[in-house]
Amino acid sequence: MESDAARGGKVREWLDGRVGLTDLEKIAAKKQIPVHRHTVWYYLGGMTLFLFMVQVSTGILLLLYYRPSAEEAFESVQFLMGEVQFGWLIRSIHAWAANLMIFTLFVHLFSVLLLKAYRPPREVTWFSGMALMGLAMGFGFTGYLLPWNELAYFATKVGTEITGSVPVIGSFLGRLLRGGNDVTGATLTRFYGIHVAILPATATALLGLHLYLVQRHGMSVPPAVEQAGGAGRRMPFMPNFLLRDLVGWLSALAVLAALAAFFPAELGKKADPFLPAPAGIRPEWYFMFMFQTLKYLPAHILGIEGEVFGIVAFGLGGLFLLLIPVLDRRTARGEPSRLFTWIGIGIIVYMLLFTFLGYTASATK
Amino acid sequence: MAEHAMGPDASRRGFVNWFLGLSGVAFLVSALYPLTRYLVPPQVAESTAGTVTLPIKPDDVKPNSGQIFKFGSRPAILVRTPAGDLRAFSAICTHLNCTVQYRTDLTQIWCACHNGHYDLNGKNVEGPPPRPLDSFVVNVRGNQIVVSKSA
Repeated sequence: MESDAARGGKVREWLDGRVGLTDLEKIAAKKQIPVHRHTVWYYLGGMTLFLFMVQVSTGILLLLYYRPSAEEAFESVQFLMGEVQFGWLIRSIHAWAANLMIFTLFVHLFSVLLLKAYRPPREVTWFSGMALMGLAMGFGFTGYLLPWNELAYFATKVGTEITGSVPVIGSFLGRLLRGGNDVTGATLTRFYGIHVAILPATATALLGLHLYLVQRHGMSVPPAVEQAGGAGRRMPFMPNFLLRDLVGWLSALAVLAALAAFFPAELGKKADPFLPAPAGIRPEWYFMFMFQTLKYLPAHILGIEGEVFGIVAFGLGGLFLLLIPVLDRRTARGEPSRLFTWIGIGIIVYMLLFTFLGYTASATK
Repeated sequence: MAEHAMGPDASRRGFVNWFLGLSGVAFLVSALYPLTRYLVPPQVAESTAGTVTLPIKPDDVKPNSGQIFKFGSRPAILVRTPAGDLRAFSAICTHLNCTVQYRTDLTQIWCACHNGHYDLNGKNVEGPPPRPLDSFVVNVRGNQIVVSKSA
């Protein structure tokens, strides 16, 4: 310890005495990553974290020009895209990184699901991850409205109306979310507050818990690998795994820059409550499978309105996904659990199929 | 000693804990009540206008066409059927609140959001809408179109 402190000179010694650098180094040096044929999935969580950090940085930059009111929001984004130097770049990166973050988050979630990494003692890690997914979708939903364009306006009308048709507390929740009975400037201000303050604060706290739990329990080795005699070898997190992480992050940054440069975020037309909803209106792709399901539901199912049926069904589906660590008793006992593997595959196939239909099925027929 | 008069220590501790707990609950309620009331937006008086005179001339509305107009603070749709009748409905889709539009090719009122179709009586005929559109009464007075809530 003495020699460690001496190595970095006086500044290091001063800091070590007050912050405990040596202790942190010891913890970091102890962290090991199991190496086996599924190790590649370990990078997805870190990738999502990286994209979240991109979102926080670009989001802060967007705040410098954005004005959260129905009269000024669209114009301020127009100004940002057209007049501010590299304004288009910052907004495009923010829009693309949001999409990529949701994508890597989904891949992370389903890899954890299929590799059964939610089994004891990692149930709370799963719960906090599911909550973070909910927050990420909340980020997407609230952020979508902020440019105050036509598509966003109607997507928000539909989205908040869906909240409004939740049985019993729906109309209260709808009003609470919209800041009134309709989607207006009050909704925009409210969504802005949720998007830039409430969600980031909650997400940061939950992320802290999630990362602490990952740190505490270490990486889960999939049951199949464990039965085959466990991971053959381990690699130190510092620096081996972290450097591999960084390669991934740099690649993601390159992809982001390319997407932002070649496909900059669009703005469309300013929202007008007295124009009809434009044909071909659709939500962000990660809501598409739910959107498309609602289109196929008839007006009434078993005597209740089709969309209420759909919303209750999706709610129960989400609850089921959340409770999988508790429900999957076989995996918890260390036995193979084919049923839950098939359920996981079923969910993925359903989401892929309905997303595909959402983009290919004719909008009018 | 006072302790003997007050009973055993355990019950005094129990009382203090209970009292402290109650104060905690009272504190939470007094903080959460204004907070929840703050979050619920106040009711803004709705426009109670039962009648609207449109800024559109009857001759400007061609047969087999429709257009959106303001009925109070909500959108409504004025339709002239291919037969020449003028009709007006609320333009708010009964499914999920989107604003509907007139489809010349289908001679139907159509919602782009989830592909809902209504016929020219406002009746939901296809897709997810659960109810017909609210209909209004249209009167032509000279060169003016007057739309009012039914009856």
